Amino acid sequence: MKPFYKKFSEKFIEGLLMISGTVTSLTVVLIVFFLFKEGIGVFDQKPTENGYVIAVSKTNPLSKVAPEDIKNIYDQKITHWNEVGGKPDSIILFRLEDISNYYSDEAIGENFEGLAGCISRLTDSLPGIIAFFPEKYLDKDFKGKVLDVDKVSLSGFFMGKEWFPTAQPSAQLGVMPLVLGTLWVSLGAILLALPLGLAASVYMSEIANERVRRIMKPLIELLAGIPSVVYGFFGLVIIVPLIQETFNLPVGETGLAGSIVLGIMALPTIITISEDAMRNTPRAMKEASLALGASKWQTIYKVVVPYSISGITAGAILGIGRAIGETMAVLMVTGNAAVIPHSILEPVRTIPATIAAELGEAPSGGLHYKALFALGCILFLITLFINLSVEFITGRKKYNKH
Amino acid sequence: MKLPDEHKLAKRKMRGQAIAFWIFRILSYAIIAILFSILSFIIYKGASSISWGFITKMPEEGMTKGGIYPAIIGTLCLVAGSMIFAFPVGVLAAIYMNEYVKDGIIKKIIKQMTNNLAGIPSIVFGLFGMSLFVNKLGFGDSILAGSLTLGLLALPVVIRTTEEVLKAVDNTFRHASLGLGASKWETTSKVVLPIAFPNIITGLILSIGRVSGETAPILFTVAAYFLPKLPTSVFDQAMALPYHLYVLSTSGTNIEESRPVAYGTALVLIIIVLIANLLANGLRKYFGRKVKMN
Repeated sequence: MKPFYKKFSEKFIEGLLMISGTVTSLTVVLIVFFLFKEGIGVFDQKPTENGYVIAVSKTNPLSKVAPEDIKNIYDQKITHWNEVGGKPDSIILFRLEDISNYYSDEAIGENFEGLAGCISRLTDSLPGIIAFFPEKYLDKDFKGKVLDVDKVSLSGFFMGKEWFPTAQPSAQLGVMPLVLGTLWVSLGAILLALPLGLAASVYMSEIANERVRRIMKPLIELLAGIPSVVYGFFGLVIIVPLIQETFNLPVGETGLAGSIVLGIMALPTIITISEDAMRNTPRAMKEASLALGASKWQTIYKVVVPYSISGITAGAILGIGRAIGETMAVLMVTGNAAVIPHSILEPVRTIPATIAAELGEAPSGGLHYKALFALGCILFLITLFINLSVEFITGRKKYNKH
Repeated sequence: MKLPDEHKLAKRKMRGQAIAFWIFRILSYAIIAILFSILSFIIYKGASSISWGFITKMPEEGMTKGGIYPAIIGTLCLVAGSMIFAFPVGVLAAIYMNEYVKDGIIKKIIKQMTNNLAGIPSIVFGLFGMSLFVNKLGFGDSILAGSLTLGLLALPVVIRTTEEVLKAVDNTFRHASLGLGASKWETTSKVVLPIAFPNIITGLILSIGRVSGETAPILFTVAAYFLPKLPTSVFDQAMALPYHLYVLSTSGTNIEESRPVAYGTALVLIIIVLIANLLANGLRKYFGRKVKMN
């Protein structure tokens, strides 16, 4: 019979082990919770800055305005009210600093005590006006009309083509350029890395002798171990100037530079996984092929590659995943212009780079902050999808083997 | 009549093979060449900035001169902090997965979650660390928040390597121990762990190499642009090597003048990674059994 305390300590240890075992699951759940809690909050907010209002004259039939329209009005791309569904009057822009064009310093007062009244009278007198000013200067009996601004919409967020999260008077939160930038750079990376990576894995698993393999394997691991910020630094001082000179560009920080750096970084993932898959090809299969008179090369592309195709695919997908999630290297070499890229020789901006570059300046809990968390959600979902599809692809193979 | 034809065919076959093999060989060597060009470039450019003063002095004159001592100390703190958390939890979790839990739905779920955690991009860890540790739990930008974030990032690495090692321990050891009347935990702690220990340490070293170079998770949880003095408690901000390299090469006020310091910092980072890899490989060879890292 075991003493009681011994039994108890066994149970205690088992409990401790179980708790440790659940830490990863708990972390994933917590990450999902915090990411989505903040991220979804973005759709509950108005894109105008907190504490500011947008007002028009009472005679203006509009009562609601979309964030894109506000931006276009203030960029003077929309100059007449009828373009947004109002009267054909031309639009008069008004910002707080314009007040001195209309009223004297005496009317405004030394401590701006007359300011609210001035704005109220101004909106009343100019039918075409649109005014953007802090809420505290909204008069008690305001003679104009405060416009209702649409909340950030799902379609505006995912389909929007402009990312200006701090624009005044209305932030533009369209993730399209960032999503396309991310995919663009990652696609370029995988196009560069896949041929190289596959060649290396075929070479290591089928062609090279054991001695060469034993030297190459740790070197590939070393390539995986170099910190991303060092890759970024290398890209910045070597690859970026090289691209600038070769293509005669104003700046070398381009999508191409990002693709090259990410391609190098994705190599170890591709090589390790597809080499593993190729080495798992049963010896009997290869020998049968050779015995039938096929050459070693024919055996490789007719037997080894088809047999290990799921592993190779998994390697390629994980390589893309690594490229999509990579932050620092991309941030340092791609130039970070939030526009939809038209060629690989233009600056682009990826989702991770946007988060890294902007989160430091976004006030906690604000619209910008939440928008960046929403970007994090998108990134999380993309990588989750990648992981699950790899699981699916390789999972089938495993069942076949046993 | 038939023989020469076949001979020709065979010859063509062999020529095709020779060409294909050469292409593969050249491409493989190209990858190794890329690795060596990165390493030799950083070593060549950084070697002249590295001196005893460089690693023991504070930065001077807007970080264009002086050393990187506080960044080294900061990274040491972060590595130690993250490993104090991730190593025991990771090893215990791996023991649970490999020795205790039976094949079934729970094991599948935990395994899947660990894989998912490993696939999450490091910047998402940064977001999470910021919202949970910095804001929700109120640690602020601190070594504690940064270490925990990095620890969570390293957790899947520790779990996976430890699991591989535990799997490699022959079952006859367990059966022998259990057969002699030892309990499950006695078997694990007195038989399995001592055999597996050297290789578990290899996993630890590799995760140290990984954690010391991570930048994105510490951007918003601990890293400071410049601090005039060293951190004194876990609630202080700290400088860190990878972040230091990032600010020196992108957002410094005088990027050109601070280049030598940046090269030196990059070299220190590379040296840490090289030592970790060499040490891990050495240990692996020394103890014979191989740990797989995926």
